[in-house]
Amino acid sequence: MSSRFTLKDHFRESRLINERLIFAALIAGLLFLIVMVRLSVLQVVEHEHFNTLSNQNRVDITPLPPQRGLIFDRNGVILAENIPTFSLELTPENVLDLDSTLAELALLFSMTDEEIVDIKGRIKRQRGFRQFVFRQRLTEQEVAVFSVNRHRFPGVDVVGRLIRHYPQGALFAHTIGYVGRINERDQKRIDAQNYKGTQQIGKTGIERYYEDLLHGQVGHKQVETNVQGRIVREIKSTPSTAGQDLFLHLDVNLQRVAAQELGEYNGAVVALDPKTGGVLAMVSKPDFDPNLFVSGISTKNYSVLRDSLDRPLFDRTLRGHYPPGSTLKPFVALAGLELGLVDEHTESFCPGWFSLPGQDHRYRCWKSHGHGKVDLKTSISQSCDVYFYDLANALGIDRLHGFLDLFGFGHRTGVDVPSESRGLSPSSEWKRTRRNQAWFPGETVISGIGQGFNQTTPIQLAQATATLAMRGVNVSPHVARASRKTSDSELQLISSKVSEALPMESSQNWEAVIDSMVEVVHGQRGTARHVGKGLPFKMAGKTGTAQVFGIKQDEKYDAETLAKKLHDHALFTAFAPADKPEIVIAIVVENGGSGSRMAAPIARKIIEQYFGITADE
Amino acid sequence: MNSVLNDRANPQRWSLTKALRKIHIDAVLLLGLLTLLGAGLVILYSAGDQSQALMIRQLTRMAAAFFVMLLISNIHPDRMRDSSYWLYGAGLILLVGVLAFGHEGKGAQRWLDLGFFRFQPSELMKLAVPLLVATYLAERPLAPTVFRLIVGLIMIVLPSLLIAKQPDLGTSLLIASSGLIVIFLSGISWRIIIGFATVCTAALPVLWYVMHDYQKQRVLTFLNPESDPLGSGYHIIQSKIAIGSGGVFGRGWLEGTQSQLAFLPERSTDFIFAVIAEEFGLLGVGMLLLLYLFIAARGLYIASQAQTSFARLLAGSISMTFLVYVFVNVGMVTGLLPVVGVPLPLVSYGGTSMVTLLAGFGILMSIHTHRRMMSP
Repeated sequence: MSSRFTLKDHFRESRLINERLIFAALIAGLLFLIVMVRLSVLQVVEHEHFNTLSNQNRVDITPLPPQRGLIFDRNGVILAENIPTFSLELTPENVLDLDSTLAELALLFSMTDEEIVDIKGRIKRQRGFRQFVFRQRLTEQEVAVFSVNRHRFPGVDVVGRLIRHYPQGALFAHTIGYVGRINERDQKRIDAQNYKGTQQIGKTGIERYYEDLLHGQVGHKQVETNVQGRIVREIKSTPSTAGQDLFLHLDVNLQRVAAQELGEYNGAVVALDPKTGGVLAMVSKPDFDPNLFVSGISTKNYSVLRDSLDRPLFDRTLRGHYPPGSTLKPFVALAGLELGLVDEHTESFCPGWFSLPGQDHRYRCWKSHGHGKVDLKTSISQSCDVYFYDLANALGIDRLHGFLDLFGFGHRTGVDVPSESRGLSPSSEWKRTRRNQAWFPGETVISGIGQGFNQTTPIQLAQATATLAMRGVNVSPHVARASRKTSDSELQLISSKVSEALPMESSQNWEAVIDSMVEVVHGQRGTARHVGKGLPFKMAGKTGTAQVFGIKQDEKYDAETLAKKLHDHALFTAFAPADKPEIVIAIVVENGGSGSRMAAPIARKIIEQYFGITADE
Repeated sequence: MNSVLNDRANPQRWSLTKALRKIHIDAVLLLGLLTLLGAGLVILYSAGDQSQALMIRQLTRMAAAFFVMLLISNIHPDRMRDSSYWLYGAGLILLVGVLAFGHEGKGAQRWLDLGFFRFQPSELMKLAVPLLVATYLAERPLAPTVFRLIVGLIMIVLPSLLIAKQPDLGTSLLIASSGLIVIFLSGISWRIIIGFATVCTAALPVLWYVMHDYQKQRVLTFLNPESDPLGSGYHIIQSKIAIGSGGVFGRGWLEGTQSQLAFLPERSTDFIFAVIAEEFGLLGVGMLLLLYLFIAARGLYIASQAQTSFARLLAGSISMTFLVYVFVNVGMVTGLLPVVGVPLPLVSYGGTSMVTLLAGFGILMSIHTHRRMMSP
């Protein structure tokens, strides 16, 4: 007791507090009365009503999951559909003894202990009154076996469900992606109410990007069930709203040709419609069967895919970082023209190597004895390195970086497929801030031929080439073209943004560079002259060969002695027709060796398919 | 009733009472608590699918919580008052720690993982807040000045906001009310109370703005359970069926179909009251509520007999907060209040809140048994 206060104060305080305590006790009594009144209403007045609900029949509410939207290519060929299957589902709260039920089910379906332990863990992590999919895609025999034994398993049932199926198999594995079981991470990005009853969610690719569109809206039905849980009658039901169908720019035929032509090589092909930015084909090799993931991939299958050195799960079109090599040269040339460092007629001499003034180091041309006299057109069509070493050195890295920026090098294209990478377009500032190192002139020299720090993704290369093809009109690549709510409603276009034309001094510069690229394919000495024959229009292109492995000054690149992993990447960018482009293509063939020999023929095949030209006239 | 609540009515006859008193146990409170815990176990056996493992775990917790209660009842109230600032400060630091490195469970960050056991700092705050506010206000003559009132309010609001951010709205509101009860008991004028109530009503739209989506959902569902029959509306619909079908006499122990056939979700934790109502009817829940009222009344009596203002305020707050708990849970299960996730005190399955509640009763016992007797 505090001695600071007088006794009189203390008594006054006690009285004050006691008054309040009495008041509090009155409130307590009031609360008690309120609750008792409420309970009397429920238990006496409305007892009959609730007793009926509880006793004879019970109200059961089941969610009606919406049907997932379909995905079509530009010709209406189906790329993702829903097929009916039977699955075995279990409602943990209604299972009497989970352990023994699981053990008996394991016997019935001959499953391993490991799988059962895994399933048990997953059941524990979810709410008890939610249905758990025990096993998907039951065979008819399995359905029969279970039905006979059904009485032994209260709380377990065979349920008919639609599950996702990709009829094209591996062909669109990366771009369309796949759906899979909703995991804890997914739970965070979804509206839990709307996913009651939904078993699967878009995990990658278009399936993930357009999840909101494809999923639809959940419905539910209230039914009366008897004591055994059998449905007696439906009280009311709110139907679900199916997800929207998606129509893509992708063309299944182009995709197939691109995948076939890549053959056994790892690599990527991207084809765009440069006018709209629509992605016509998008192939990453090696690929995998997305159907494996739909009903939960087995650990064994997954570890094969995950651990493969070829990384089949990796989407090379969006995330593969490749040095652009000589495919960068048209952009460097355009920079030189725009900044007035060269014109179409400026000549340069190629002795087979280039040195910075006052330095001994020789930057070699791919042609060891040199191209001799070259100008803009010949340096592009014959892919002379020395011309571009010289030009890049004159431009300097920061001017070059600023110019390449306009074409989107080093930036995400914003394509509607998740997890795209940025690539890298180096600058002296980048090197200072990220690596804390000074920029060396020699690094500028090799940047001129797309080597050194330069890293592009195939989609970036396609977008930049499309901007070039459209003479400076920039489009952002887009896979989805339109959506529709129901099969008889109107298509709603999904717009991709077309930005303003790039600010350029003279339109002649575009034509000069594009003419040189036409020369690559149609010129007498063009590096891709073998793919230009017999086309009814002019096609523009640029070959590229990107070094994977550095070769010392006095060594020669010899494919024979190098391991395949260290072979050069073969690249090719192209568009056609050169004067009114309808298709742009970017190709990377990993360790393919030469761009002209490996990558260019693939572009030719795609163009034949696109324009309906039969090969060899 | 007075003779039961007042253990000094006949000091000669209650020798066991005196013996217990020596080890700082209040016999009347002990009787009430043991009855409640025993009834809780009987109900839990039915609500928890007659699982023995569940019973053993609950019994272990009860024993531990009881031990904590006995420990605390042996601490002199003055020592509690001396440590109130420290406790409160430590609690605040831990709350910030939870937000920074807390362990997530069921979408909320409430737990602090200390390796050997997991700890919810908000539970500490349930006692530390009324303790501190009572200490602070009782330092000077009551009723408190406006300045001290504002400081007291800040002491309440700070932890409440931190806990609401976890997010755990239920606990946050309970802690706030435990502190506000202290302020109410301290004798602030009715004009301030009425003014405050008006401001609170006006602040409701603001509260709506800062609430998490799931909390808004709960309120909306509360206003119209049919709008979300798959979500939290499901709880209320099933719980009302369970309570209503119980009638006056109930279906009998282990005979409730809503409970036993698992239509009622969370039936061993937050919704255990519905199981009692289904199986024991209006008579059963009426008796249970009377038991709660008895315990709280004993607490209020202890408050009124306490010898310092600090002890009165603290004991009054602990007793009233206990009742608020009961009312919030029962209100939520019967559809009077939104589903905020507050367990039924000392009956619901679960450990942390039981320790805190019994610790609170430990404080009551300490206050009552450490009085300096004027007469033998």
